[in-house]
Amino acid sequence: MAKDPVLVVLQLSGGNDYLNTVVPYANSLYWDNRTSINIPEDQVVQLDDKVGFNPSMAPLKAFYDEGKMAIMHGVGYANSPRSHFRSMDIWHTCEPEKVGTEGWLGRVIRDIDPNKENVVTGVSFGQSMFRAMALAGVPVACVSGSLETYGMLPGIEQQKREKILQRFAKAYSPVMGQGEVMDYLGQTGLDSLTGADILKVAPEKYSSTVAYPDTKLGQRLRGVSQIHNAEVGTRIFYLDHGPYDTHAGQLSAHKQLWSEVAAAVPAFFDDLREQGNADNVVMLMFTEFGRRVRDNGSGTDHGAGGVSFVIGDAVKGGQYGEYPSMKAQDLVQGDLNPNMDFRSVYTTLLEDWMKLDAKSIVNGTFEKPAFINN
Amino acid sequence: MADDIGLMAHLMRRAGFGASRVELEARAAKGYDATVEELLNPEEHGCQRADVHTLLRYQPASLLPGGQPPMGNVNWMFNLVNTGRPLEEKMALFWHQVFATGNSKVDNYDQLLEQIQLFRDKGMGNYRELLLALSKNPTMLFWLDNNENHKTAVNENWGRELLELFSLGVGNYTEVDVREASRAFTGWTFEAKIPRLPYGRYPWHFKYMPEDHDDSEKTFLGRTGNLNGEDIIDIIVQEEACHRFIARHVYNFFVADEPQVPAWQIEPPRDAAAIDAMATSFRESGCEMKAMLRTMFTSDFFKNARYNKIKSPAELVVSTLRTVGGEELPRPGYGREISMQPTYMGQDLLNPPSVEGWHTGAEWINSGSLMSRINFAADMFGNSGRPGVQDIISRLKAQGSLTPDQLVDGCLDLMGPLEVGHETRQELLEQAQTGGNLSWDDENAEQRVMEILQLIVAMREYQFN
Repeated sequence: MAKDPVLVVLQLSGGNDYLNTVVPYANSLYWDNRTSINIPEDQVVQLDDKVGFNPSMAPLKAFYDEGKMAIMHGVGYANSPRSHFRSMDIWHTCEPEKVGTEGWLGRVIRDIDPNKENVVTGVSFGQSMFRAMALAGVPVACVSGSLETYGMLPGIEQQKREKILQRFAKAYSPVMGQGEVMDYLGQTGLDSLTGADILKVAPEKYSSTVAYPDTKLGQRLRGVSQIHNAEVGTRIFYLDHGPYDTHAGQLSAHKQLWSEVAAAVPAFFDDLREQGNADNVVMLMFTEFGRRVRDNGSGTDHGAGGVSFVIGDAVKGGQYGEYPSMKAQDLVQGDLNPNMDFRSVYTTLLEDWMKLDAKSIVNGTFEKPAFINN
Repeated sequence: MADDIGLMAHLMRRAGFGASRVELEARAAKGYDATVEELLNPEEHGCQRADVHTLLRYQPASLLPGGQPPMGNVNWMFNLVNTGRPLEEKMALFWHQVFATGNSKVDNYDQLLEQIQLFRDKGMGNYRELLLALSKNPTMLFWLDNNENHKTAVNENWGRELLELFSLGVGNYTEVDVREASRAFTGWTFEAKIPRLPYGRYPWHFKYMPEDHDDSEKTFLGRTGNLNGEDIIDIIVQEEACHRFIARHVYNFFVADEPQVPAWQIEPPRDAAAIDAMATSFRESGCEMKAMLRTMFTSDFFKNARYNKIKSPAELVVSTLRTVGGEELPRPGYGREISMQPTYMGQDLLNPPSVEGWHTGAEWINSGSLMSRINFAADMFGNSGRPGVQDIISRLKAQGSLTPDQLVDGCLDLMGPLEVGHETRQELLEQAQTGGNLSWDDENAEQRVMEILQLIVAMREYQFN
């Protein structure tokens, strides 16, 4: 029986600078616009005769060389608001026109598990839950600390605890007419009770020789691997990393951020391969917008079109779409004009990887770049 | 009298971080309006801030904590728990949520705490003065890169967030206004940092550099002139959109949850009349925060808004600690065990996730944060050594032996009074019934009370403020 596909989403929060991530080093307009904040040509990790990686991303090039990384050029949507808040909401809800509250991955979890049989179908790592996974009535297990200490009321004496947890479960059970927030709290309480029981076994079942970097991202990806290895039915994992909001001091900050990603992500895939369960995992890395074409002397301001990456054994590696033109007449208020809708990337992931109907999830029909092997 | 306590408890939960029963009784005796005035004017009533010398003595590292947690958190948590000016401290928390700056970039809790002190000093004063002080605050200048906003190379970060998040809200300005405001703030920077080594950190100070200021004509919100930063602020504070935006923020923090900020240009306020009344006091007083707060706290829409708001992690932790007591001295271990608790629940004080602050309301709750909230509160109420827990026990003792009903109602009353639904009360009652009537001669008596208290704080109702 084929294993169920799993999607890991790594959100690069704050607006990652496209131009210094996938550097268009052969384009003279890059050098004209990036007089201070540029990657010297001899440091660019060349992918071809046009573009190359930021040097701090060098360890990620192996994915590209092995044909396991798709680079999605010029991703975004029309009329970028250049607000982090709003732009992230748009990516999370697929609603560029109005303010949406339903997360696209919340809909994915609902479609995978319509009867809410498994409260750990979606797992989020972080201090808060991401709007992308939020959907009324859809459970998401949130892990903020380490998996090893995950549990409800651990301080209560063991023989009494079971009884107390039963009362807890009864008191949290839904009753008509208590209102939306009480219902939400009730469901969340019950889900966390169930989720904790399921997830606490994951670290016990896991052993690995792979050393993750001692960063928050490294430790969280290790948690993803532990849960994936435990085969508890988790299909969506969500993590974030940042802040990529490099208005100033960009060169050193951006380098540090990508060094962390380039250390943690290969460790994660090495680990999955050692566990023998890399084949059903695909990772999406996205950011809410790219940054302005012209630098401001020390960093870059909020922009529009950006770059996304998809990594995994099932990925058909290469570059998709076109690098948007940097000619002055093609820019929108100084920003790259996105030429690939972010919902196109979602659509391929949903239909060709997760085997779901994308239209109702992304609110429409979009082109489908063929970056998944079938 | 009973409802006087209930109303006073509501005021103190919202305008502060809850209060012990002793304090509530004393305040109820003075009266509601008098308490509002005392909260608004603490210095005139002899109310003291938390004692900085205690902090110096027990946790000296928290006065200039440098770049690593938890010492910055220790400092603020000590103030939150021990201040005698609860509204002043609550307003500091409010402004920290609106003017969110964080250690992830600033890498300097010394400066972040100095900014919190600014909010303490000016947070209940005049908004124009506060905004002007904020524009000169080195932490903010650095956080939003205005030190990189030059005459020849404009950096829009501060200019944009000033309009989008700090004063007007999306939809009340154009991209051109962002640009022009940013130009007006060129040259507003802070004194260059001396390298940290070998002498350590050096305090940051505002500095205006006229040679780096763009001195040419600008047009901002329809006004044309050689505008400087102060002119931008003067124009902003006259805008009706600004009065309403700040009123809505205050309402959202103190009265009832509004949709998240980006939706404000689209979704109307849940209580338009309340926002009108607050914005009107604000405008008519010349943007005095106290005037708006007074209008709000003495209104029916505030008084009737009991237990309708999810506690923020800071509110949950601080109100729990103020109830159980015993944190008057920041003992060893205070850092991780106490001051980082809001962090574990999704609110890393002095380090919000971004310039937009935290997503609030029901978004505080997810399966992980709920677990952390419940586990923390249950730990606190399971400790009979806590003076607040002892106070609850001794007040129950004074009522003599208790039936299970009396035990549950007594605990709920002393925990708030906390209002709970029928099903919740039923579970509490069944727990109380497992031991039958409570006699104080029984050696398990205190343990039984604490079990009820622990179950109460694990209930949904305890998550509301």
